Amino acid sequence: MTQYSPKSAQGDRPASPSFYKAARGIGSWLYTLDHKRIGIMYLVFVLAAFLLGGVFALLVRTELLTPGKTIVDANTYNRLFTLHGVVMVFLVIIPSIPASLGNLILPLQLGAKDVAFPRLNLASFYIYLIGACFALYSLVNGAVDTGWTFYTPYSNTTDTSVISMVLAAFILGFSSIFTGLNFIATTHSLRAPGMTFFRMPLFVWALYATSVIQILATPVLAITLLLLLAERVLKVGIFDPAMGGDAVLFQHFFWFYSHPAVYIMIVPGFGVVSELITTFSRKPIFGYRAIAMSSIGIAIIGFLVWGHHMFTAGQSEIAGMIFSFLTFLVAIPTAIKVLNWTATMYRGSIVLRTPMWYAIGFLYLFTVGGLTGMYLATAGTDVHLHDTYFVVAHFHFVMMGGTMFAFLGGLHYWWPKITGRMYNETLGSFACLVAFIGFNMTFLTQFVLGAQGMPRRYYNYLDQFQPLHAFSSVGSYVLGLGFLLSAVCLLGTLFKKSDAPDNPWEGTTLEWQTASPPPLENFHDQPAVNAGPYDR
Amino acid sequence: MAIMGREYHHAHHFPSARAEADAAKLGMWTFLATEVLMFSGLFMAYTAYRSTHAEMFKAAHQLLDWRLGGLNTLVLILSSLTMALGVRSAQQNKREQSAFYLVVTLLCAGAFLVVKYFEYTHKIHLGLLPGGYYTYNGPEFAGIDSPHIFFGIYFLLTGLHGFHVLFGMIAITWILLRTTRGDFSSKYYTPVELVGLYWHLVDLIWIYLFPLLYLVG
Repeated sequence: MTQYSPKSAQGDRPASPSFYKAARGIGSWLYTLDHKRIGIMYLVFVLAAFLLGGVFALLVRTELLTPGKTIVDANTYNRLFTLHGVVMVFLVIIPSIPASLGNLILPLQLGAKDVAFPRLNLASFYIYLIGACFALYSLVNGAVDTGWTFYTPYSNTTDTSVISMVLAAFILGFSSIFTGLNFIATTHSLRAPGMTFFRMPLFVWALYATSVIQILATPVLAITLLLLLAERVLKVGIFDPAMGGDAVLFQHFFWFYSHPAVYIMIVPGFGVVSELITTFSRKPIFGYRAIAMSSIGIAIIGFLVWGHHMFTAGQSEIAGMIFSFLTFLVAIPTAIKVLNWTATMYRGSIVLRTPMWYAIGFLYLFTVGGLTGMYLATAGTDVHLHDTYFVVAHFHFVMMGGTMFAFLGGLHYWWPKITGRMYNETLGSFACLVAFIGFNMTFLTQFVLGAQGMPRRYYNYLDQFQPLHAFSSVGSYVLGLGFLLSAVCLLGTLFKKSDAPDNPWEGTTLEWQTASPPPLENFHDQPAVNAGPYDR
Repeated sequence: MAIMGREYHHAHHFPSARAEADAAKLGMWTFLATEVLMFSGLFMAYTAYRSTHAEMFKAAHQLLDWRLGGLNTLVLILSSLTMALGVRSAQQNKREQSAFYLVVTLLCAGAFLVVKYFEYTHKIHLGLLPGGYYTYNGPEFAGIDSPHIFFGIYFLLTGLHGFHVLFGMIAITWILLRTTRGDFSSKYYTPVELVGLYWHLVDLIWIYLFPLLYLVG
C-alpha cells in the first residue's frame, strides 16, 4: 500500500474545491493549463469523432446489406470507407487513450501536480482541433476516396480533396508527437518521491512505451505526407512510376509509421487492462516487470515488421521471410501480457463490475485478433488472405475489440474519478454485453467472408456472400446500440448529484487516494511512495 | 557580482528550478530526435534513388556549385560557434556579450539564406526543377535517366532544411529580445540553451546535406 493517506495528511484543514470549481467560465476551459481539463476537452472531441466515424461505419455496412446499390453509389461508398478509416485512426484511436485518459490520469498516478509542459499540452490540444478542422474541410469539400492508407499512385491522381486530408493527418501527427514528448518528460521528471520506475503503475509504463513509439514513428509519417503533398503540388515524381519513381517506396514509408502506429493504438489499451484486471481481481498483478518490459519489447520490435503489409507488393522472398519472422516475434511480448493477466485473475477475488466486463471482453477479442494476426504474418497464407475481409476482421478485433474495449473499460473505471459520479452498474454491464455480442456478429462473420475470398473495400460482391454480409451489417447495428447504451449510461450521470466515493473500486494506485474529482493541484500534500503500485 | 535580470521563479509543479531545467532539456532532446527522424525519411529516399540511379546522381550533382555550398557550410559552422558562445555568455551573466553573439548568429543564418536564394534562382532559371516542372536539357544528361528525381530530392532536402533555418532565426530573435529585456541570468537561461541545441541540429543536418548533394562524385 502506498504511504499517502489523504485523511491523516489533511488533518482538520478544509478540503480544497474540485478542479471544476477552482475556476469558472468558458475562458477557464479555453486557456486552461490543467491536465485534467485538457484531458476532458480531448475526451469530448474524441467521443464526438467516434460518433462521426461510427456513423460512417454504419453507412458502409448498410450499403453492403445487398450486392450492388443499396443506399449510395460506388463513388460515395469509396468516400465513406475512407472517411471512416481516417476519422477512426487519426481522430479517435490514436488520441483516445493517451490524450484523454492519459492526460487525466498519468499525473495523478505519478503523484504529480501536472504534466511537465502544461502549455505544450494545451497547444497540442489546439493542434488536434486544427487538424480536425482540416479533416472536416476535406469532408465537406468532396471528401477523399483513397482509403486511409493514401496509396500512390492513385492518391496522386484522384481529384478528391486529398491535400486537405493529408494536411489534417500531418497536423494531427504533431499533436500526437507533443503529447508523447510531454508524457516522456513528465514520467522522467515528476514522479512522486519514492516512486522508482519499477513502482510506476502499468498504465504509466504503457503510456511511456507508447510515447516512445509516437516520438520515433510519427515524424516519419510527417515526412511521408509531406512527400505526398510534394508529389501533388510540385509533381516531384519520386512515388510516380510514370516519372521514374517507385510507388512501392510510398508503401515502405507509410508502413514504417503506420505499423508502429497500430502499437501506438493498442499499447495504451494494454495499460488500461492491466489496471482493470489487478483492481477487480483484488490481487497484485502477476508478473509486473514482465508486463512492463513487454510494452517496451513491443515498442522496439514493432519498428521492424512493416514489410508484412507488402508480402504481395513484390518485395524479395528473403525480405518477406525476415519480415514474417520478425512479425512472429511480436507474439512473444503480447502473449506474456495475456498470460500474466489471466494468471492475475487466477485465484483472485474477482468483482464483476462494468470495467471488468470490458477487460474480460478485451481479453477474448484481443486474443482472437492477435492469433488471427499470426495467419497474416505467415507470408504464404497472407498471399491468400491479403486485402480480404479477413484482414478487416483481424484489424477490427485488435483496434476495436482491443483498443476501444479497453478505452471504454478505462472510461467506466475512471468515470467516478473524473466526474465524481457513479453510473448505473446494471445498465453499464448490459451495454457492454450488447456491444460484445454485436461486435462478434459483425466481425467473426468477416473472417469467414475473407477466407472465402471476399476482397476488402469492394462496393459490389457475388450473391453467395450476401447472407454473411447481411448478418455482419445487422451485427454492426447491435454494436452501435451497445455503444449508444453506454453513452446513455455515462452521460446520464451528468444530470445527477456528485456521489462517487474517493475509491469506489478499492484501487491501490495514487489516483484513488485523492478526492473524486481531484482538487486543482491533484493532492493536498505531495504523496510519497514506499511500495509497489499494486501491493495491498 | 549582482545578478542581472529579473528574479526567476520555477513553475509550481516542479520540485525545483533544477528539475524544471532538466525536464525542459529532456523535452528538447526528444524533439530533436523527432527532427532527425523526419529528415531520415528524406535521407532514405535519397539512398534508395542513389543506389538505383548512381550515374544520374553523379551527373546531376555537377550542376550544383560546390563553392557556394562550401561557403554556406563555413557560414553555418561559424554560426554554431557564435551560438555556443552566446549560450556560454548567458550562463556567465554577460548579457550584452550574449546579445552580441546572438546577433552574429542571426546574421550568419541570414547570409546562409541569401546564398541559398542565389542558388535557387540559378536553378529555376535553368529549369532544374522537381519532377513535372523540370525543363533543363543540357549536354550533361546525354544518355542519363530521369535527372529530375535528383532535383526533386535536392529541393525537398534543402527546402525543408531552409524552413528550419528560418524557424531557427525566429527562435533566435525571440531569445535575443528576451536577453535584451533582461530575462536571463546565470540562474535561468534554459530557453537560450534550448534554442542553442536546436540551432546546432540545424547546422548538423546541413553538414550531412553538403557532401551528399554537392560532393557525390
